[in-house]
Amino acid sequence: MPAGSPSSAQTFDVARIRRDFPILQRRVHGRPLVYLDNAATTQKPAAVVDRLARYYREENANIHRGVHALSVEATDAYDAARETVRRFLNAGDAREIVFVRGTTEAINLVAATWGRTHLGAGDEVVVTEMEHHSNIVPWQLACQAAGARLRVAPITDAGELRLDAFEQLLCPRTRVVAVNHVSNALGTVNPVKEIARRAHAHGAVVLVDGAQAVAHLPVDVRAIGCDFYAFSGHKVFGPTGVGALWGRAELLDAMPPYQGGGDMIRSVTFERTLYNELPYKFEAGTPNIAGAVGLASALDYVAAIGLDRIAAHEHELTSYGTDALSCIGGLRLTGTAPGKAGILAFVIDDIHPHDIGTILDRAGVAIRAGHHCCQPLMGRLGVPATARASLALYNTREDVDALAAALRDAKAVFA
Amino acid sequence: MSAELDDLYQEVILDHNRRPRNFRRLEGGQHAEGFNPLCGDRLTVYLQIDDEGRIGDVSFQGSGCAISKASASLMTDSVKGATVAEAARLFDRFQQMITGPADGPIDRLGKLEALAGVRRFPVRVKCASLAWHTLRAALEANEGMVTTE
Ligand SMILES: Cc1ncc(COP(=O)(O)O)c(C=O)c1O
Repeated sequence: MPAGSPSSAQTFDVARIRRDFPILQRRVHGRPLVYLDNAATTQKPAAVVDRLARYYREENANIHRGVHALSVEATDAYDAARETVRRFLNAGDAREIVFVRGTTEAINLVAATWGRTHLGAGDEVVVTEMEHHSNIVPWQLACQAAGARLRVAPITDAGELRLDAFEQLLCPRTRVVAVNHVSNALGTVNPVKEIARRAHAHGAVVLVDGAQAVAHLPVDVRAIGCDFYAFSGHKVFGPTGVGALWGRAELLDAMPPYQGGGDMIRSVTFERTLYNELPYKFEAGTPNIAGAVGLASALDYVAAIGLDRIAAHEHELTSYGTDALSCIGGLRLTGTAPGKAGILAFVIDDIHPHDIGTILDRAGVAIRAGHHCCQPLMGRLGVPATARASLALYNTREDVDALAAALRDAKAVFA
Repeated sequence: MSAELDDLYQEVILDHNRRPRNFRRLEGGQHAEGFNPLCGDRLTVYLQIDDEGRIGDVSFQGSGCAISKASASLMTDSVKGATVAEAARLFDRFQQMITGPADGPIDRLGKLEALAGVRRFPVRVKCASLAWHTLRAALEANEGMVTTE
Protein backbone atom coordinates (compact mmCIF):
# COMPACT_ATOMS: atom_id res chain seq x y z
CA MET A 1 0.00 0.00 0.00
CA PRO A 2 1.61 3.30 -0.98
CA ALA A 3 2.15 5.75 1.83
CA GLY A 4 -0.49 8.46 2.01
CA SER A 5 -3.27 6.34 0.52
CA PRO A 6 -6.63 6.48 2.28
CA SER A 7 -6.18 3.16 4.03
CA SER A 8 -2.92 4.25 5.62
CA ALA A 9 -4.93 7.07 7.16
CA GLN A 10 -7.34 4.53 8.58
CA THR A 11 -4.57 2.58 10.24
CA PHE A 12 -3.14 5.77 11.72
CA ASP A 13 -3.35 5.07 15.45
CA VAL A 14 -4.13 8.51 16.80
CA ALA A 15 -5.02 7.19 20.28
CA ARG A 16 -1.52 5.79 20.61
CA ILE A 17 0.02 9.01 19.33
CA ARG A 18 -1.97 11.03 21.85
CA ARG A 19 -0.46 8.97 24.65
CA ASP A 20 2.98 10.19 23.54
CA PHE A 21 2.03 13.79 24.41
CA PRO A 22 1.66 14.19 28.19
CA ILE A 23 0.15 17.68 27.98
CA LEU A 24 -2.89 16.36 26.12
CA GLN A 25 -4.03 14.82 29.42
CA ARG A 26 -4.40 18.28 30.91
CA ARG A 27 -7.65 19.95 31.77
CA VAL A 28 -8.27 23.63 31.13
CA HIS A 29 -11.00 25.51 32.99
CA GLY A 30 -12.18 22.11 34.20
CA ARG A 31 -12.56 20.74 30.67
CA PRO A 32 -10.30 18.35 28.73
CA LEU A 33 -7.79 20.31 26.68
CA VAL A 34 -8.63 20.45 22.98
CA TYR A 35 -5.45 21.86 21.49
CA LEU A 36 -6.06 23.42 18.09
CA ASP A 37 -3.34 26.08 18.06
CA ASN A 38 -0.63 24.03 16.41
CA ALA A 39 0.29 26.69 13.89
CA ALA A 40 1.38 28.86 16.81
CA THR A 41 3.35 26.08 18.42
CA THR A 42 3.06 22.32 18.68
CA GLN A 43 3.06 20.19 21.81
CA LYS A 44 6.04 18.01 22.68
CA PRO A 45 6.09 14.22 22.85
CA ALA A 46 7.59 12.63 25.96
CA ALA A 47 10.51 11.49 23.79
CA VAL A 48 11.56 15.11 23.26
CA VAL A 49 11.02 16.15 26.86
CA ASP A 50 13.02 13.12 28.04
CA ARG A 51 15.77 13.77 25.52
CA LEU A 52 16.20 17.34 26.80
CA ALA A 53 16.30 16.08 30.38
CA ARG A 54 18.83 13.38 29.51
CA TYR A 55 21.04 15.90 27.75
CA TYR A 56 21.12 18.13 30.82
CA ARG A 57 21.37 15.25 33.28
CA GLU A 58 24.06 13.26 31.53
CA GLU A 59 25.75 15.02 28.64
CA ASN A 60 25.83 18.76 29.22
CA ALA A 61 29.08 20.50 28.21
CA ASN A 62 30.13 23.12 25.72
CA ILE A 63 30.94 21.92 22.23
CA HIS A 64 33.96 22.22 19.97
CA ARG A 65 36.19 23.42 22.79
CA GLY A 66 36.90 20.71 25.29
CA VAL A 67 39.22 17.77 25.37
CA HIS A 68 37.20 16.16 28.10
CA ALA A 69 34.72 13.35 27.67
CA LEU A 70 31.54 15.35 28.22
CA SER A 71 32.52 17.96 25.67
CA VAL A 72 33.16 15.23 23.15
CA GLU A 73 29.77 13.65 23.85
CA ALA A 74 27.96 16.97 23.60
CA THR A 75 29.76 17.77 20.35
CA ASP A 76 28.85 14.36 18.95
CA ALA A 77 25.20 14.83 19.91
CA TYR A 78 25.14 18.29 18.32
CA ASP A 79 26.77 17.05 15.11
CA ALA A 80 24.39 14.09 15.00
CA ALA A 81 21.47 16.53 15.32
CA ARG A 82 22.71 18.40 12.26
CA GLU A 83 22.86 15.16 10.31
CA THR A 84 19.28 14.38 11.42
CA VAL A 85 18.10 17.73 10.07
CA ARG A 86 19.96 17.10 6.81
CA ARG A 87 18.24 13.75 6.38
CA PHE A 88 14.86 15.22 7.32
CA LEU A 89 15.11 17.86 4.57
CA ASN A 90 16.94 15.52 2.19
CA ALA A 91 19.72 18.08 1.89
CA GLY A 92 22.92 16.99 0.19
CA ASP A 93 25.40 17.92 2.87
CA ALA A 94 25.23 18.55 6.64
CA ARG A 95 27.48 21.59 6.12
CA GLU A 96 24.46 23.24 4.51
CA ILE A 97 22.46 23.08 7.76
CA VAL A 98 22.83 26.12 10.02
CA PHE A 99 21.25 25.99 13.46
CA VAL A 100 19.40 29.20 14.28
CA ARG A 101 16.79 30.35 16.80
CA GLY A 102 13.95 29.67 14.41
CA THR A 103 12.40 30.65 11.10
CA THR A 104 12.57 34.33 11.92
CA GLU A 105 16.30 34.25 12.54
CA ALA A 106 16.91 32.09 9.48
CA ILE A 107 15.17 34.59 7.19
CA ASN A 108 16.90 37.53 8.85
CA LEU A 109 20.23 35.80 8.38
CA VAL A 110 19.68 35.42 4.64
CA ALA A 111 18.13 38.86 4.15
CA ALA A 112 20.96 40.53 6.05
CA THR A 113 23.98 38.67 4.69
CA TRP A 114 22.94 37.58 1.23
CA GLY A 115 21.02 40.83 0.92
CA ARG A 116 24.05 42.92 1.86
CA THR A 117 26.18 41.38 -0.88
CA HIS A 118 23.59 40.76 -3.61
CA LEU A 119 20.98 43.52 -3.41
CA GLY A 120 21.64 46.85 -5.04
CA ALA A 121 19.74 49.97 -5.96
CA GLY A 122 16.85 49.19 -8.28
CA ASP A 123 16.90 45.47 -7.56
CA GLU A 124 13.68 43.72 -6.64
CA VAL A 125 12.58 41.26 -3.98
CA VAL A 126 9.35 39.35 -4.58
CA VAL A 127 7.14 38.12 -1.72
CA THR A 128 3.46 37.17 -1.68
CA GLU A 129 0.37 38.69 -0.09
CA MET A 130 0.10 35.73 2.25
CA GLU A 131 3.52 36.02 3.92
CA HIS A 132 4.06 36.04 7.67
CA HIS A 133 5.60 39.28 8.97
CA SER A 134 8.85 37.39 9.43
CA ASN A 135 9.06 36.88 5.65
CA ILE A 136 8.21 40.53 4.94
CA VAL A 137 9.99 42.76 7.43
CA PRO A 138 13.54 41.33 7.02
CA TRP A 139 13.21 41.93 3.27
CA GLN A 140 11.93 45.45 3.84
CA LEU A 141 15.00 46.13 5.96
CA ALA A 142 17.28 44.66 3.29
CA CYS A 143 15.51 46.65 0.56
CA GLN A 144 15.82 49.88 2.54
CA ALA A 145 19.52 49.32 3.08
CA ALA A 146 20.13 48.58 -0.60
CA GLY A 147 17.66 50.92 -2.24
CA ALA A 148 15.88 47.87 -3.62
CA ARG A 149 12.17 47.44 -4.10
CA LEU A 150 9.74 44.97 -2.51
CA ARG A 151 7.20 43.54 -4.95
CA VAL A 152 4.14 41.63 -3.80
CA ALA A 153 2.56 38.77 -5.71
CA PRO A 154 -1.23 38.71 -5.31
CA ILE A 155 -3.49 35.85 -4.26
CA THR A 156 -6.98 34.77 -5.25
CA ASP A 157 -10.00 35.07 -2.98
CA ALA A 158 -9.60 31.39 -2.13
CA GLY A 159 -6.08 32.12 -0.92
CA GLU A 160 -4.00 30.72 -3.75
CA LEU A 161 -1.00 32.45 -5.24
CA ARG A 162 -1.84 33.88 -8.67
CA LEU A 163 0.96 32.24 -10.59
CA ASP A 164 0.30 34.31 -13.73
CA ALA A 165 0.60 37.57 -11.82
CA PHE A 166 3.62 36.22 -9.95
CA GLU A 167 5.29 35.40 -13.25
CA GLN A 168 4.64 38.93 -14.49
CA LEU A 169 6.51 40.37 -11.52
CA LEU A 170 9.64 38.44 -12.40
CA CYS A 171 12.18 40.42 -14.37
CA PRO A 172 15.94 40.73 -14.73
CA ARG A 173 15.98 42.92 -11.61
CA THR A 174 14.42 40.20 -9.46
CA ARG A 175 17.14 39.00 -7.09
CA VAL A 176 15.17 36.92 -4.64
CA VAL A 177 11.76 35.32 -4.31
CA ALA A 178 10.69 34.64 -0.71
CA VAL A 179 7.55 32.58 -0.23
CA ASN A 180 6.03 30.34 2.40
CA HIS A 181 5.61 26.64 1.73
CA VAL A 182 2.37 26.53 3.71
CA SER A 183 0.46 29.65 4.78
CA ASN A 184 -0.06 29.88 8.53
CA ALA A 185 -3.23 31.94 8.11
CA LEU A 186 -4.87 30.14 5.17
CA GLY A 187 -3.38 26.65 5.01
CA THR A 188 -2.58 27.10 1.33
CA VAL A 189 0.21 24.80 0.14
CA ASN A 190 2.20 26.81 -2.35
CA PRO A 191 3.60 25.20 -5.52
CA VAL A 192 7.13 25.90 -4.37
CA LYS A 193 8.75 23.69 -6.98
CA GLU A 194 7.04 25.58 -9.79
CA ILE A 195 7.78 28.91 -8.09
CA ALA A 196 11.46 27.99 -7.83
CA ARG A 197 11.57 26.91 -11.47
CA ARG A 198 10.09 30.17 -12.70
CA ALA A 199 12.20 32.33 -10.37
CA HIS A 200 15.38 30.54 -11.45
CA ALA A 201 14.50 31.14 -15.08
CA HIS A 202 14.88 34.83 -14.24
CA GLY A 203 18.08 34.35 -12.29
CA ALA A 204 16.56 34.93 -8.84
CA VAL A 205 17.32 32.87 -5.75
CA VAL A 206 14.43 31.33 -3.84
CA LEU A 207 13.90 31.23 -0.09
CA VAL A 208 11.11 29.00 1.19
CA ASP A 209 9.65 29.68 4.65
CA GLY A 210 8.87 26.16 5.80
CA ALA A 211 7.61 27.03 9.30
CA GLN A 212 4.16 25.55 8.65
CA ALA A 213 5.24 22.73 6.37
CA VAL A 214 7.71 20.56 8.24
CA ALA A 215 5.23 19.08 10.73
CA HIS A 216 2.59 18.40 8.11
CA LEU A 217 4.04 17.21 4.82
CA PRO A 218 7.24 15.61 3.54
CA VAL A 219 9.88 18.18 2.62
CA ASP A 220 12.66 17.51 0.14
CA VAL A 221 14.69 20.64 -0.52
CA ARG A 222 16.43 19.12 -3.51
CA ALA A 223 13.15 18.10 -5.13
CA ILE A 224 11.76 21.58 -4.51
CA GLY A 225 14.87 23.05 -6.09
CA CYS A 226 14.92 26.12 -3.85
CA ASP A 227 18.08 27.81 -2.56
CA PHE A 228 17.21 28.41 1.10
CA TYR A 229 14.72 26.66 3.38
CA ALA A 230 13.87 27.83 6.90
CA PHE A 231 11.94 26.23 9.74
CA SER A 232 11.39 26.40 13.51
CA GLY A 233 11.82 23.44 15.85
CA HIS A 234 8.89 24.39 18.08
CA LYS A 235 6.42 24.01 15.22
CA VAL A 236 7.52 20.43 14.60
CA PHE A 237 7.19 19.10 18.17
CA GLY A 238 10.68 20.25 19.16
CA PRO A 239 11.82 22.82 21.73
CA THR A 240 11.50 26.58 21.35
CA GLY A 241 14.59 28.62 20.57
CA VAL A 242 16.01 26.36 17.89
CA GLY A 243 15.44 25.95 14.18
CA ALA A 244 17.39 25.45 11.03
CA LEU A 245 18.34 27.18 7.85
CA TRP A 246 19.28 25.08 4.87
CA GLY A 247 21.15 26.84 2.08
CA ARG A 248 23.08 25.73 -0.96
CA ALA A 249 26.74 25.44 0.03
CA GLU A 250 27.97 27.68 -2.79
CA LEU A 251 25.57 30.44 -1.72
CA LEU A 252 26.36 30.10 1.99
CA ASP A 253 30.08 30.09 1.20
CA ALA A 254 29.82 33.37 -0.66
CA MET A 255 27.81 35.08 2.10
CA PRO A 256 29.47 37.18 4.80
CA PRO A 257 28.98 36.05 8.42
CA TYR A 258 25.80 37.08 10.22
CA GLN A 259 27.23 37.63 13.70
CA GLY A 260 30.80 37.68 14.92
CA GLY A 261 32.13 35.86 17.94
CA GLY A 262 33.46 32.57 19.16
CA ASP A 263 33.16 29.39 17.08
CA MET A 264 32.63 31.27 13.81
CA ILE A 265 36.32 32.01 13.33
CA ARG A 266 39.38 30.11 12.21
CA SER A 267 41.89 32.65 13.48
CA VAL A 268 41.66 36.12 14.93
CA THR A 269 44.19 38.91 15.10
CA PHE A 270 43.39 42.57 15.57
CA GLU A 271 44.33 43.12 11.95
CA ARG A 272 42.42 40.30 10.33
CA THR A 273 40.04 37.46 11.10
CA LEU A 274 39.63 34.33 9.06
CA TYR A 275 36.15 32.84 9.23
CA ASN A 276 35.41 29.27 9.98
CA GLU A 277 34.09 26.87 7.38
CA LEU A 278 30.42 26.04 6.89
CA PRO A 279 28.23 25.85 8.83
CA TYR A 280 30.19 27.22 11.81
CA LYS A 281 30.72 30.55 10.04
CA PHE A 282 27.06 31.26 10.78
CA GLU A 283 26.96 29.92 14.33
CA ALA A 284 28.71 32.53 16.43
CA GLY A 285 28.81 31.85 20.16
CA THR A 286 27.60 28.87 22.15
CA PRO A 287 24.58 27.56 20.27
CA ASN A 288 21.39 26.08 21.66
CA ILE A 289 22.95 22.65 22.04
CA ALA A 290 20.14 21.10 24.04
CA GLY A 291 17.66 22.62 21.61
CA ALA A 292 19.37 21.06 18.61
CA VAL A 293 19.52 17.69 20.33
CA GLY A 294 15.83 17.97 21.29
CA LEU A 295 14.92 19.03 17.76
CA ALA A 296 16.64 15.95 16.37
CA SER A 297 14.60 13.71 18.65
CA ALA A 298 11.43 15.48 17.47
CA LEU A 299 12.36 14.94 13.82
CA ASP A 300 13.11 11.28 14.56
CA TYR A 301 9.69 10.99 16.20
CA VAL A 302 7.93 12.47 13.18
CA ALA A 303 9.95 10.47 10.69
CA ALA A 304 9.16 7.22 12.50
CA ILE A 305 5.43 7.86 12.09
CA GLY A 306 5.91 9.08 8.53
CA LEU A 307 4.99 12.46 7.13
CA ASP A 308 2.95 10.88 4.35
CA ARG A 309 0.72 9.26 6.93
CA ILE A 310 0.56 12.40 9.03
CA ALA A 311 -0.44 14.41 5.95
CA ALA A 312 -3.13 11.89 5.06
CA HIS A 313 -4.54 11.97 8.60
CA GLU A 314 -4.59 15.76 8.65
CA HIS A 315 -6.18 16.00 5.21
CA GLU A 316 -8.95 13.70 6.27
CA LEU A 317 -9.46 15.76 9.42
CA THR A 318 -9.35 19.02 7.48
CA SER A 319 -12.16 17.94 5.19
CA TYR A 320 -14.14 16.65 8.17
CA GLY A 321 -13.58 20.02 9.86
CA THR A 322 -14.46 21.96 6.73
CA ASP A 323 -17.79 20.13 6.56
CA ALA A 324 -18.45 20.57 10.28
CA LEU A 325 -17.74 24.30 10.23
CA SER A 326 -19.61 24.90 7.00
CA CYS A 327 -22.81 23.79 8.74
CA ILE A 328 -22.55 26.68 11.18
CA GLY A 329 -24.69 29.57 10.00
CA GLY A 330 -22.89 32.84 9.35
CA LEU A 331 -19.47 31.17 9.38
CA ARG A 332 -17.16 31.83 6.45
CA LEU A 333 -13.88 30.01 5.97
CA THR A 334 -10.95 32.20 4.97
CA GLY A 335 -8.61 30.09 2.89
CA THR A 336 -10.25 27.43 0.77
CA ALA A 337 -7.43 26.46 -1.58
CA PRO A 338 -7.76 22.89 -2.87
CA GLY A 339 -5.43 20.48 -1.07
CA LYS A 340 -4.73 22.92 1.72
CA ALA A 341 -3.03 21.90 4.94
CA GLY A 342 -4.77 21.57 8.33
CA ILE A 343 -5.65 25.21 8.93
CA LEU A 344 -9.31 26.08 9.51
CA ALA A 345 -9.46 29.86 9.60
CA PHE A 346 -12.81 31.60 9.67
CA VAL A 347 -14.93 34.56 10.58
CA ILE A 348 -18.49 34.51 11.90
CA ASP A 349 -20.99 37.28 11.18
CA ASP A 350 -21.31 39.73 14.06
CA ILE A 351 -18.91 37.89 16.38
CA HIS A 352 -15.38 39.19 16.64
CA PRO A 353 -12.70 36.47 16.53
CA HIS A 354 -11.41 37.61 19.89
CA ASP A 355 -14.76 36.92 21.52
CA ILE A 356 -14.86 33.53 19.81
CA GLY A 357 -11.41 32.79 21.24
CA THR A 358 -12.47 33.66 24.79
CA ILE A 359 -15.65 31.57 24.66
CA LEU A 360 -13.82 28.59 23.14
CA ASP A 361 -11.09 28.82 25.76
CA ARG A 362 -13.66 28.36 28.54
CA ALA A 363 -14.73 25.18 26.77
CA GLY A 364 -11.13 23.96 26.88
CA VAL A 365 -10.69 24.61 23.15
CA ALA A 366 -7.45 26.45 22.35
CA ILE A 367 -7.46 28.35 19.06
CA ARG A 368 -5.86 31.60 17.98
CA ALA A 369 -7.72 34.79 17.17
CA GLY A 370 -6.06 37.77 15.56
CA HIS A 371 -4.07 38.74 12.52
CA HIS A 372 -1.67 35.79 12.79
CA CYS A 373 1.30 38.03 12.04
CA CYS A 374 -0.19 38.54 8.57
CA GLN A 375 -1.59 42.07 8.69
CA PRO A 376 -1.21 42.64 4.92
CA LEU A 377 -3.12 39.42 4.29
CA MET A 378 -5.91 40.50 6.65
CA GLY A 379 -6.13 43.70 4.61
CA ARG A 380 -6.37 41.66 1.42
CA LEU A 381 -9.14 39.53 2.93
CA GLY A 382 -10.91 42.65 4.17
CA VAL A 383 -11.11 41.50 7.80
CA PRO A 384 -9.35 42.88 10.89
CA ALA A 385 -8.73 39.40 12.22
CA THR A 386 -9.77 35.77 11.89
CA ALA A 387 -10.22 32.84 14.24
CA ARG A 388 -7.97 29.92 13.42
CA ALA A 389 -8.02 26.28 14.40
CA SER A 390 -4.84 24.53 13.30
CA LEU A 391 -4.43 20.78 13.31
CA ALA A 392 -1.59 18.41 14.06
CA LEU A 393 -1.06 14.68 14.01
CA TYR A 394 -2.62 14.15 17.46
CA ASN A 395 -5.94 15.85 16.68
CA THR A 396 -9.10 13.83 16.27
CA ARG A 397 -12.64 14.12 14.99
CA GLU A 398 -13.67 14.56 18.63
CA ASP A 399 -11.48 17.66 18.79
CA VAL A 400 -13.21 19.06 15.72
CA ASP A 401 -16.62 18.18 17.21
CA ALA A 402 -15.68 20.03 20.42
CA LEU A 403 -14.69 23.04 18.31
CA ALA A 404 -17.99 23.01 16.43
CA ALA A 405 -19.99 22.62 19.66
CA ALA A 406 -18.17 25.53 21.30
CA LEU A 407 -18.76 27.67 18.23
CA ARG A 408 -22.47 26.95 18.54
CA ASP A 409 -22.26 28.13 22.17
CA ALA A 410 -20.59 31.31 21.00
CA LYS A 411 -23.34 31.87 18.47
CA ALA A 412 -25.93 31.37 21.19
CA VAL A 413 -24.30 34.06 23.33
CA PHE A 414 -24.43 36.55 20.50
CA ALA A 415 -27.78 35.45 19.07
CA MET B 1 -21.54 27.92 29.42
CA SER B 2 -19.66 29.01 32.49
CA ALA B 3 -20.95 31.59 34.97
CA GLU B 4 -17.85 33.66 34.29
CA LEU B 5 -18.72 33.87 30.61
CA ASP B 6 -22.30 34.83 31.43
CA ASP B 7 -20.90 37.53 33.65
CA LEU B 8 -18.55 38.80 30.93
CA TYR B 9 -21.06 38.74 28.12
CA GLN B 10 -24.01 40.04 30.10
CA GLU B 11 -26.96 41.61 28.40
CA VAL B 12 -25.76 45.20 28.82
CA ILE B 13 -22.49 44.38 27.06
CA LEU B 14 -24.19 42.51 24.23
CA ASP B 15 -26.64 45.35 23.80
CA HIS B 16 -23.93 48.02 23.61
CA ASN B 17 -22.00 45.80 21.19
CA ARG B 18 -25.04 45.41 18.94
CA ARG B 19 -26.17 49.00 19.20
CA PRO B 20 -23.21 51.12 20.24
CA ARG B 21 -24.18 54.56 21.58
CA ASN B 22 -22.58 57.72 20.24
CA PHE B 23 -21.21 55.71 17.33
CA ARG B 24 -20.50 58.53 14.90
CA ARG B 25 -17.95 61.06 13.82
CA LEU B 26 -17.84 64.46 15.50
CA GLU B 27 -16.57 67.28 13.35
CA GLY B 28 -14.66 70.23 14.64
CA GLY B 29 -13.42 68.87 17.96
CA GLN B 30 -10.47 66.87 19.15
CA HIS B 31 -9.89 63.24 18.33
CA ALA B 32 -7.38 60.43 18.79
CA GLU B 33 -6.97 56.97 17.37
CA GLY B 34 -6.38 53.87 19.48
CA PHE B 35 -5.05 50.52 18.38
CA ASN B 36 -4.79 47.17 20.11
CA PRO B 37 -2.14 45.29 18.13
CA LEU B 38 -2.99 42.02 19.85
CA CYS B 39 -6.39 41.66 18.22
CA GLY B 40 -6.48 44.44 15.67
CA ASP B 41 -9.09 46.50 17.52
CA ARG B 42 -8.97 50.02 16.21
CA LEU B 43 -11.10 52.96 17.26
CA THR B 44 -11.23 56.72 17.10
CA VAL B 45 -12.61 58.83 19.95
CA TYR B 46 -13.96 62.28 19.09
CA LEU B 47 -14.78 64.97 21.62
CA GLN B 48 -15.79 68.55 22.05
CA ILE B 49 -14.81 70.49 25.17
CA ASP B 50 -17.20 73.30 26.01
CA ASP B 51 -16.35 76.71 27.42
CA GLU B 52 -16.57 75.47 31.01
CA GLY B 53 -13.97 72.77 30.38
CA ARG B 54 -16.56 70.01 30.28
CA ILE B 55 -16.86 67.23 27.73
CA GLY B 56 -19.79 68.65 25.82
CA ASP B 57 -20.01 65.83 23.35
CA VAL B 58 -18.11 62.61 22.82
CA SER B 59 -18.38 59.84 20.27
CA PHE B 60 -16.40 57.00 18.73
CA GLN B 61 -16.03 54.91 15.62
CA GLY B 62 -14.08 51.81 14.75
CA SER B 63 -14.07 48.07 14.77
CA GLY B 64 -13.33 45.68 17.54
CA CYS B 65 -14.46 42.86 19.74
CA ALA B 66 -17.63 43.03 21.81
CA ILE B 67 -15.72 44.05 24.93
CA SER B 68 -13.89 46.95 23.33
CA LYS B 69 -16.97 48.17 21.49
CA ALA B 70 -19.26 47.94 24.51
CA SER B 71 -16.63 49.58 26.69
CA ALA B 72 -16.27 52.46 24.24
CA SER B 73 -20.02 52.86 24.06
CA LEU B 74 -20.45 52.83 27.85
CA MET B 75 -17.53 55.20 28.24
CA THR B 76 -19.01 57.83 25.93
CA ASP B 77 -22.27 57.67 27.91
CA SER B 78 -20.52 58.04 31.22
CA VAL B 79 -18.10 60.88 30.51
CA LYS B 80 -20.48 63.16 28.66
CA GLY B 81 -20.81 66.31 30.75
CA ALA B 82 -17.84 65.47 32.97
CA THR B 83 -14.90 67.78 33.45
CA VAL B 84 -11.55 66.63 32.16
CA ALA B 85 -10.42 65.91 35.73
CA GLU B 86 -13.58 63.92 36.48
CA ALA B 87 -13.10 61.83 33.35
CA ALA B 88 -9.51 61.09 34.35
CA ARG B 89 -10.66 60.01 37.82
CA LEU B 90 -13.33 57.79 36.32
CA PHE B 91 -10.71 56.13 34.11
CA ASP B 92 -8.57 55.39 37.17
CA ARG B 93 -11.46 53.81 39.03
CA PHE B 94 -12.54 51.88 35.95
CA GLN B 95 -9.01 50.58 35.46
CA GLN B 96 -8.89 49.50 39.12
CA MET B 97 -12.17 47.67 38.71
CA ILE B 98 -11.15 45.67 35.63
CA THR B 99 -7.70 44.79 36.98
CA GLY B 100 -8.77 44.15 40.57
CA PRO B 101 -8.85 40.78 42.33
CA ALA B 102 -11.37 38.40 40.78
CA ASP B 103 -13.47 38.19 43.96
CA GLY B 104 -12.91 41.66 45.42
CA PRO B 105 -15.71 44.20 45.95
CA ILE B 106 -16.70 46.36 42.99
CA ASP B 107 -16.56 50.13 43.23
CA ARG B 108 -19.82 51.95 42.51
CA LEU B 109 -19.43 52.89 38.88
CA GLY B 110 -22.99 52.77 37.65
CA LYS B 111 -23.38 51.33 34.18
CA LEU B 112 -19.64 50.77 33.90
CA GLU B 113 -19.99 47.98 36.47
CA ALA B 114 -21.25 45.83 33.62
CA LEU B 115 -17.60 45.44 32.65
CA ALA B 116 -16.48 44.11 36.05
CA GLY B 117 -16.50 40.59 34.60
CA VAL B 118 -13.34 41.47 32.69
CA ARG B 119 -11.44 40.97 35.98
CA ARG B 120 -11.67 37.23 35.43
CA PHE B 121 -10.29 37.51 31.89
CA PRO B 122 -6.91 39.23 32.23
CA VAL B 123 -6.14 38.91 28.51
CA ARG B 124 -9.23 41.01 27.77
CA VAL B 125 -8.31 43.95 30.02
CA LYS B 126 -6.68 45.74 27.08
CA CYS B 127 -9.88 45.42 25.07
CA ALA B 128 -11.86 47.09 27.85
CA SER B 129 -9.35 49.88 28.43
CA LEU B 130 -8.60 50.77 24.80
CA ALA B 131 -11.39 53.33 24.56
CA TRP B 132 -10.26 54.98 27.79
CA HIS B 133 -6.64 55.23 26.72
CA THR B 134 -7.84 56.73 23.47
CA LEU B 135 -10.09 59.17 25.33
CA ARG B 136 -7.12 60.32 27.38
CA ALA B 137 -5.10 60.87 24.20
CA ALA B 138 -7.98 62.82 22.68
CA LEU B 139 -8.25 64.95 25.83
CA GLU B 140 -4.59 65.74 25.52
CA ALA B 141 -5.39 66.60 21.89
CA ASN B 142 -2.76 64.09 21.03
CA GLU B 143 -3.34 63.44 17.36
CA GLY B 144 -0.89 60.55 17.25
CA MET B 145 -1.94 56.99 17.70
CA VAL B 146 -2.02 55.30 21.10
CA THR B 147 -1.68 51.58 21.47
CA THR B 148 -2.43 49.29 24.37
CA GLU B 149 1.09 47.84 24.28
C1 LIG C 1 4.62 30.89 8.03
C2 LIG C 1 5.45 31.31 9.20
N1 LIG C 1 6.63 31.88 9.00
C3 LIG C 1 7.43 32.25 10.02
C4 LIG C 1 7.04 32.09 11.32
C5 LIG C 1 7.95 32.56 12.42
O1 LIG C 1 8.40 31.49 13.17
P1 LIG C 1 9.20 31.73 14.52
O2 LIG C 1 8.39 32.69 15.33
O3 LIG C 1 9.30 30.38 15.13
O4 LIG C 1 10.53 32.29 14.14
C6 LIG C 1 5.81 31.52 11.59
C7 LIG C 1 5.35 31.35 12.99
O5 LIG C 1 4.34 31.83 13.41
C8 LIG C 1 4.99 31.12 10.51
O6 LIG C 1 3.79 30.56 10.73
